Amino acid sequence: MGALLSFFVVIVLVLIALAGVQGAGLYVLFGTIIPYAAVATFILGVILRVIKWSRSPVPFHIPTTCGQEKSLPWIKYSKLESPSGTLGVIGRMALEVLLFRSLFRNLKPELRDDDGPRLVYSSNQWLWLGGLAFHWSMLIVILRHLRFFTQPVPFFVTIIDSLDGFLQIGAPHLLLTGVILLLAVTYLFLRRLFNPPVRYISLPSDYLPLFLIMGIATTGILMRYFFRVDIIHVKELTLGLATLNPEIPAGIGVIFYIHLFLISSLFAYFPFSKLMHMGGVFLSPTRNLANNSRIKRHVNPWNYPVKVHTYEEYEDEFREKMKDAGIPVEKE
Amino acid sequence: MYDAGKIIIGLIIFLAFATFPFYSNMGKAVAKPDPKLNTPVIQQMKVKQCVESKKFMRAKHMQLLINWRNAALRRGERLYKGSDGRITEISLQNQCLRCHSNKRNFCDECHNYVAVNPYCWDCHFYAPKEANNEH
Repeated sequence: MGALLSFFVVIVLVLIALAGVQGAGLYVLFGTIIPYAAVATFILGVILRVIKWSRSPVPFHIPTTCGQEKSLPWIKYSKLESPSGTLGVIGRMALEVLLFRSLFRNLKPELRDDDGPRLVYSSNQWLWLGGLAFHWSMLIVILRHLRFFTQPVPFFVTIIDSLDGFLQIGAPHLLLTGVILLLAVTYLFLRRLFNPPVRYISLPSDYLPLFLIMGIATTGILMRYFFRVDIIHVKELTLGLATLNPEIPAGIGVIFYIHLFLISSLFAYFPFSKLMHMGGVFLSPTRNLANNSRIKRHVNPWNYPVKVHTYEEYEDEFREKMKDAGIPVEKE
Repeated sequence: MYDAGKIIIGLIIFLAFATFPFYSNMGKAVAKPDPKLNTPVIQQMKVKQCVESKKFMRAKHMQLLINWRNAALRRGERLYKGSDGRITEISLQNQCLRCHSNKRNFCDECHNYVAVNPYCWDCHFYAPKEANNEH
């Protein structure tokens, strides 16, 4: 049901763009106003969401330990899996953010029936591979798109483009990451559909970003290789947006506006959705804290001062009475 | 706000990435590409018409060229029938570049604008006079 609902939402978005541009001719709305509004929502939304998060205290020291903690010098400790200082935490976060270390573990619980049921955790590296392929392709695709938003185009964009198209298939040359992106996002979708436990916990908000990204990748691929649009006019429009000097060149195919509208939808939806894991991964206390609880005492910041009455104070208070009663005292 | 220093550094990095297209283009007036059609051969033509319409060529010339390559080099077909029925010889050197002999002011004008670097010139060479000037 969740999948159908999300699919329906994306189809409606496509139809809105189609009707708005082809039917009603609202070029300025779909080519200028909506993209600007979406980018503003994205940037402000992400900032406000992160600030909101930062107002929540993290009172407990809760790094997940995935290796031996640093203790005595002759016990080997795991620098990246259980970091003891900032450098180790940076290394661990880099592994997490760049290589998805958490997914590269034995994550899949299974009941195996050898001699009676036995719980076995096995690896789930397809998810790791699919996720990694998807995210890296997405990054490269976004960086490649900078050629529409900069003039002159930065050197790294040109290098990425030529590496991405090194197979030199067709003209314009086939860009591998576009294809990998679509395949990986399709895998991530099919995984939700055909893996019963994952399907059970999947909500419309899990499917919607997948369908949106599928729609964006599909329209992009269609536009580049099949229903071509006049790319010079496209760049005039996009560069106009980037230079805050928007214009709408005539004669860009409607598929471009569908592509742009889906991207705007994704950008506007971003701060309110699970996609905020982009910022959230950096703010995960289970990953970004050093495992130094044997080195440093962590005190709950909202502990109130506890009133204590030490033995010395007690003796000072009752010394005379204790002596009278014949109880031994430490100080005379 | 807890860990304000780190949060603010993170947000600044986010802003630096997210607004890159805006500040990197700040205050730049970008000239639009203006491919020139003023070569001697074109000026002598009575009907200034490419093998297909201008609209088609603007959006799809790369498709046409790759089809021409496949036709000529892989299937040995050297004739192209345009959508208006005209028959043209398939040849980059003798057809396209005969009229558009100004690679720098024609092809490169748009290709540079959108940062595409077609590999036509790995095999073909363009007008030697111009080539001498560039290399």
